Amino acid sequence: MPPAPGARSIASGGRVLILTLTLITLTSSLLATDPGPGSIAPPTLIMVNDLDYDNGESLTISWVPSLDDVPGQSEVVAYRILRSSGGGQEATIGTVLAGESTFVDQSVNRDSAYVYRVATIAANGGEGYSLPTDAVVPNREWLNWDLVWLFLACLVLGGSVVFFIETARRGKKLFVRKIAGLEAIDEAIGRATEMGRPILYIPGIQDMDEVETLASLTILGKVSRQIADYDTQLFMPVARSLVMTAGRETIKTSYLEAGRADAFNEDMVRYITDEQFGYVAAVDGYMVRERPATIFLLGAFFGESLVLAEMGNSVGAIQIAGTARPPQIPFFVAACDYTLIGEELFAASAYLSGEPRQLGSLKGQDVGKGIAMAVILIGVAAATIAELTGSGFFAGVVSTLQNVFTTR
Amino acid sequence: MSLDIGVWIGALLTLGIFSFLYRDNPFYKLCESIFVGVSAGYWFCVFFFDNMVRKFYFGVFPSEAGIEPKYFLIVGAVLGALMLTRLIPSIGWISRWPLSFIVGATAGLYMMLFFVSNGLNQVADTMLPLYRETAGGDFDPAETLGTILVFIGTFTGLIYFFFSKEHKGLFGGAARVGIFFLMVTFGAAFGYTVMSRMSLLIGRMDFLFRDWLGLLG
Repeated sequence: MPPAPGARSIASGGRVLILTLTLITLTSSLLATDPGPGSIAPPTLIMVNDLDYDNGESLTISWVPSLDDVPGQSEVVAYRILRSSGGGQEATIGTVLAGESTFVDQSVNRDSAYVYRVATIAANGGEGYSLPTDAVVPNREWLNWDLVWLFLACLVLGGSVVFFIETARRGKKLFVRKIAGLEAIDEAIGRATEMGRPILYIPGIQDMDEVETLASLTILGKVSRQIADYDTQLFMPVARSLVMTAGRETIKTSYLEAGRADAFNEDMVRYITDEQFGYVAAVDGYMVRERPATIFLLGAFFGESLVLAEMGNSVGAIQIAGTARPPQIPFFVAACDYTLIGEELFAASAYLSGEPRQLGSLKGQDVGKGIAMAVILIGVAAATIAELTGSGFFAGVVSTLQNVFTTR
Repeated sequence: MSLDIGVWIGALLTLGIFSFLYRDNPFYKLCESIFVGVSAGYWFCVFFFDNMVRKFYFGVFPSEAGIEPKYFLIVGAVLGALMLTRLIPSIGWISRWPLSFIVGATAGLYMMLFFVSNGLNQVADTMLPLYRETAGGDFDPAETLGTILVFIGTFTGLIYFFFSKEHKGLFGGAARVGIFFLMVTFGAAFGYTVMSRMSLLIGRMDFLFRDWLGLLG
């Protein structure tokens, strides 16, 4: 017997529905509800959705609000979400206000099956319970396909970095423009040497899990190598114990490279305290008493940046500062002789070292910036044309580009 | 005037730190040493009980039934213990392993964070039309000007931070526009932050004049 008109689409929809049932469960309808105690109407069409591309750690419960949940004149005050698992006792896992129709359960385990009910709670204490849903098991997805564009962007950027590293290794000279603050390092160290005064190196107040601290220590390696050559006194107060260890290792390596292992002293790097302004009080005291000729302020800084930079300025030291924290850069610009702004801090280590790996990384990032500039130009042009002409094509171009570059 | 010994100690230490505004002096040195010593000891206790006791000990040996022990914390404890090998010069080199782990893991974790928040999302949010209209369909000059400034500032700022080309000619001119935008931003941030520092000073003055001297109601 031939299928009835529409049966094909129904069968197709049925297949989709069966597939979807692993994630979505439709359990009740307007007619299939359990009023429960009281006379308030229960919510209907309770749906349980497993969140896509997660670790199997959340389920979203949604429903059609109670017929008594009328905005402005509602008898309903809230909805109570109840959950049971493995035939166990049902328990309330959350409550949302009237008018809302979703609840995210983030207290699930991915190997367990869960059954939900949603109850309407009335102002007079009455309750209306929906029928229970089918059991739903949250799934873990191994790949997050929402991030496929991010993956491709990383491939492009990573590929560029590898390409330029290999290019540098083959001996090709890679150009990096001059960075004023770094050009002054020789002058600053030479000045301290001539004046017979110490150099103060402040690596910020953050720990080794801060990328600016890592950049600072890389620069420290180059700076301390030069200081070892000049046989100048170096002092580095730190606010984190791990930075003390890493700083000592860095300076020791530099002194060994310079053939001045005898001149290295672990007291060059000294832990002060983790307390932000306790650290500042000690470093300011050092500045006033020892009057360093040169001060490096490179790393992650917060409210102490101006206090340190002002004090360094007042003792007449030449100061080279750098941080990637926008709120602190103005203080360095105002009080220091040279300031590495934002990414210049990260570029500094590559510039100073001239190592293929670091230069290649810097060049690869420039490729990324070039792509970003091109995309911004195309996107802005397309958005402007779409706004002026109402063109659907150009609006589509903008929408596509924004989807590709948006990762929340 | 307060009769609370704690307030008196706080007030005298505050004045001792303020005395640095005149010049370095023994009173300041005393307050500085107390500040550094007390805070270092305080943070030692905080870190020890927070990490060693609360996170590690109670993580591996849960005090309540039904909580799964977190044995992976032992990896962190071993790495931490390896840091102490620095105290024995002959095997001190082992302390570089945990350091390498921290540096490598940090770089890897932050790479994605910075790439997404400072890179991709910024590009997406800059793709705005340079011609804006109001809800009624009329030309909106304020929104249009704002969008144009965002576009020029972002684009020329990127040029400034492009390290592979010398800042000369047209490229150099665009980079100068970029640094101009940066400086305007810094100026605004400077004023904003100075005001927040003033509130810190006001807080200290309030402590001295209200809590200590009782001159304010």
